[in-house]
Amino acid sequence: MSESVKAKKKSPAAEGANTADGKLQQAKSEAALPALGFKGMLRWAWTQLTSMRTALFLLLLLAVGAVPGSLFPQRAANPVTVTDWIKNNPATGPFLDALQMFDVYSSAWFSAIYILLFISLIGCVTPRAIAHYKAMKSQPPRTPKRLSRLPEYGTLALPADAGIPASKAINDAAGLLKKRGYRVEVRDADGDLPSLGAERGFLKEVGNLVFHTSLIGVLVSVAIGGLFGYSGQRILVEGDTFVNTLVGYDQFTPGTNFQSSSLQPYSVQLDKFEAKFDRGESPGKAGQPIDYTAEVTTKETPDSPAKKEVLKVNEPVSLGGTSLYLTGNGYAPMVTVRDGEGNVAFQGPVTAKVQGDNYYSSVVIKVPDAKPEQLGFQGFFLPTSIKNEAGISYSAAPELFKPELTLDSYYGDLGLDKGVPQNVFEMDVRDLTQLNGRKLEAGGITLLVGQSQELPDGKGSITFDGVKKYIGVDIHHNPGQLYALIFGFLAVAGLVMSLYINRRRVWVRTGTHTDGRTMVEYGLLARGEDHRLAGEAAALRELFAREWNVPETPDTDTKTVSSSTSKDQ
Amino acid sequence: MPVINETLGQYSELFMLLAAGTYTVAFIAFAWDLAKSSKMLRAVDLKAAASSATEKVTVAAGRAGGSLSAPDAGGPAGRAERPTSGLTVEGGTAAGDMKYGAERRAPARVAVALTVLGVLIHGAGVVTRALGAGRVPWGNMYEFLTTGAFVAVAVFLIVLIRRDLRFLGTFVIGLAIIMLVAASAAFWTPVGHLVPALQSYWLIIHVSIAVLSSALFTLTFAMSVLQLLQSHRQKNLSTGGADKLGFMRLVPNALSLENLSYRINAIAFIGWTFTLMFGAIWAEKAWGRFWGWDPKEVWTFVIWVVYAGYLHARATRGWTGTRAAWLSIVGYACVIINFTLVNTVFNGLHSYSGL
Ligand code: HEM
Repeated sequence: MSESVKAKKKSPAAEGANTADGKLQQAKSEAALPALGFKGMLRWAWTQLTSMRTALFLLLLLAVGAVPGSLFPQRAANPVTVTDWIKNNPATGPFLDALQMFDVYSSAWFSAIYILLFISLIGCVTPRAIAHYKAMKSQPPRTPKRLSRLPEYGTLALPADAGIPASKAINDAAGLLKKRGYRVEVRDADGDLPSLGAERGFLKEVGNLVFHTSLIGVLVSVAIGGLFGYSGQRILVEGDTFVNTLVGYDQFTPGTNFQSSSLQPYSVQLDKFEAKFDRGESPGKAGQPIDYTAEVTTKETPDSPAKKEVLKVNEPVSLGGTSLYLTGNGYAPMVTVRDGEGNVAFQGPVTAKVQGDNYYSSVVIKVPDAKPEQLGFQGFFLPTSIKNEAGISYSAAPELFKPELTLDSYYGDLGLDKGVPQNVFEMDVRDLTQLNGRKLEAGGITLLVGQSQELPDGKGSITFDGVKKYIGVDIHHNPGQLYALIFGFLAVAGLVMSLYINRRRVWVRTGTHTDGRTMVEYGLLARGEDHRLAGEAAALRELFAREWNVPETPDTDTKTVSSSTSKDQ
Repeated sequence: MPVINETLGQYSELFMLLAAGTYTVAFIAFAWDLAKSSKMLRAVDLKAAASSATEKVTVAAGRAGGSLSAPDAGGPAGRAERPTSGLTVEGGTAAGDMKYGAERRAPARVAVALTVLGVLIHGAGVVTRALGAGRVPWGNMYEFLTTGAFVAVAVFLIVLIRRDLRFLGTFVIGLAIIMLVAASAAFWTPVGHLVPALQSYWLIIHVSIAVLSSALFTLTFAMSVLQLLQSHRQKNLSTGGADKLGFMRLVPNALSLENLSYRINAIAFIGWTFTLMFGAIWAEKAWGRFWGWDPKEVWTFVIWVVYAGYLHARATRGWTGTRAAWLSIVGYACVIINFTLVNTVFNGLHSYSGL
């Protein structure tokens, strides 16, 4: 907090015109600090928290606090990467973890910053809203004695024969200003020196309040999403159907207040998936994906009519209050495994996990139904297999030009019966006996579509039947989203209002010169930043001149303050 | 899928090179203008020194009268009343209104003419790239850089119509040259299709606003740097110090720079707010969540908060002037980081930017 202390010391000098009195008061309030009671302390803390300087400090702190989240992997997005990172950096990893550097946006310190900021915001906005409400209902401030001291000032002289006395002039001026959107109060209309005070631009402050309040709205909407929303993932092979129930998901992340009854049991069937790749259309980019299209059949409820829809990246499908997104795809080789007794123990597609370029993918096949012993396979799937000089296969293209499966096989207890959940993409081979493998006498299994291979020792056989495609679908339900959007647009509207509406005051005074001319003087004052004040003064002058038919002569009295704030435009 | 036209793509690259060449000559002309005009102004200043002494007094008096402010400004503690750079000395600086004066600056005219020529060629390059690829020309780093440089120069020229910001010429054109060279040397990518993640009309909306706002931030960055220099120089001059930064005669006083850059920053901030929101809407469409603290999102947020801080600083006593200028500079540094490091080094969902 050294910033605020520094700034505080400086402020009397900055104000320049500060009287000795003010300085004394300030010194007092600083010196009086230890003598404050508990209540006083609270009040002091509140004033500090809701001051502009603190808001600024917290804002900058928020910016700084957000940065580490982009430097270190985050658990919320990539839990695996975080685990690896800590493993690879044993010296700094645990320390950074203790500082919540891998959970920055849910960390205690980041939350503290934004909660303080929003408390400050509320503490700031509330009194301002009240003050502004009062200001909007009260009359424009009294006419200053010397209008000529205002930043914009001018006079007009109406000839005696024009027949416009001071009282009419002031009413005319009031009418003109009202038409221009000012709120006007006429004073001493029948006196010697009638005057009026006018004000406009109340919406500037309203805009500011709307902006800041909407930020709170956005925050609350995000919180609602976290409480009542949910998200999940599911892999669908061509032909598969997903039903929106808890068991339908491969992975499911409920919000804090999620209830499983809120899932609507709609269904989605993947009919066909097509991926298009760049084929020599743009040099140097061969094989880059240019289109993914999934054709699906959806049913709103189990009894609703089926509907054909297209799911693409950037084009989610909405269903039952959720949205479905196409977030991944890959190949699912179809295999048939026969066990030692000659029975089909497994048949169907196996989703292969993409590991490298051109859909170079890993494959794990677990066959718990094989008798007498359970069988397991692991290896790789290559959509377009090519051997390099060293005899190692790699995938040369993302399309299915020469699909190949290379597998090692195992037998023994897969450990699936223990009830411990297992990752379908991984197999623990420690308790298994290897049958096939490059280093074994029997060699590895290499299969092209249609080929099959007997396992050694009569353990069974495996056949590569063909290849299907699969897609990864993310399913999200976020009830706060729409509100966040609405508040976002409200915030922008408020911001624009606040930045581009000008709050201005105008005073006009009229009187009768000894020679019979009616004299009109006017002055303008802006609250806050207003680079168009001079323009407004000129516009008013023109209006007045036209109304009273005063020939527009160069007015030597018009004063323009020499600062670019008011001079330009 | 539109058909890729490689010939147009090659024309585009040729145009980019020609544009960079033209800018280089324009850059030299701008630099020449700075050197020559500051010499000329010094001569004028010396001649007018005697008469201007009296004039300055009246100007200062007028200003004192003008700083009258409403006594009842409500709001939180520490709220500033009016922006001040705290300096009133105007001697040795250009006119604060940044309007075109009567004096003829031949090198500056040549420089602007060359810049116009350069931007036309550059524009042809951007358009042929777009036609060659059959889509908007901002889908990878090469295209961000070439199109971004075009927008920066175009925005600069548009502002020039109303304000004499020719003193920023060396900076803006220099930056455009760097961007074009970096694009061709380090990020060259032939015309091609967009990856599926980028195939969305949100690419058009979100990125165009981001590039436009960044171009405005570029101008204010330059102005803030000049503001700091000028404010230092003015302070120095007002205490009778020697003028070590002669070329700054061509630059308006610190307060004028601060005010104009505030106005431009306000527009750019609104633009950035839209960038952030449209980015969120797009993220929702593409990935199913509108905010996920992906590195690109983090930095877009950081930039937004820093410039919000800047706007606050302008309303906070003791933070206007020099400190606000520093915030504007920090904000721009974040824009640069967001564009360079985040696209190339950090990896997140956004790292498809064509590398
Ligand atoms: C969530 C954090 C905040 C953000 C992003 C934010 C953003 C902004 C922005 C962009 C402006 C400029 C627009 C305008 O002039 O109306 C502004 C103005 C303002 N903010 Fe905030 N603000 C935040 C929190 C606060 C807090 C905590 C306070 C109270 C101390 C505050 C008080 C003000 C005031 C008084 C203005 C008006 C300045 C003037 O009169 O010109 N803001 N804010």
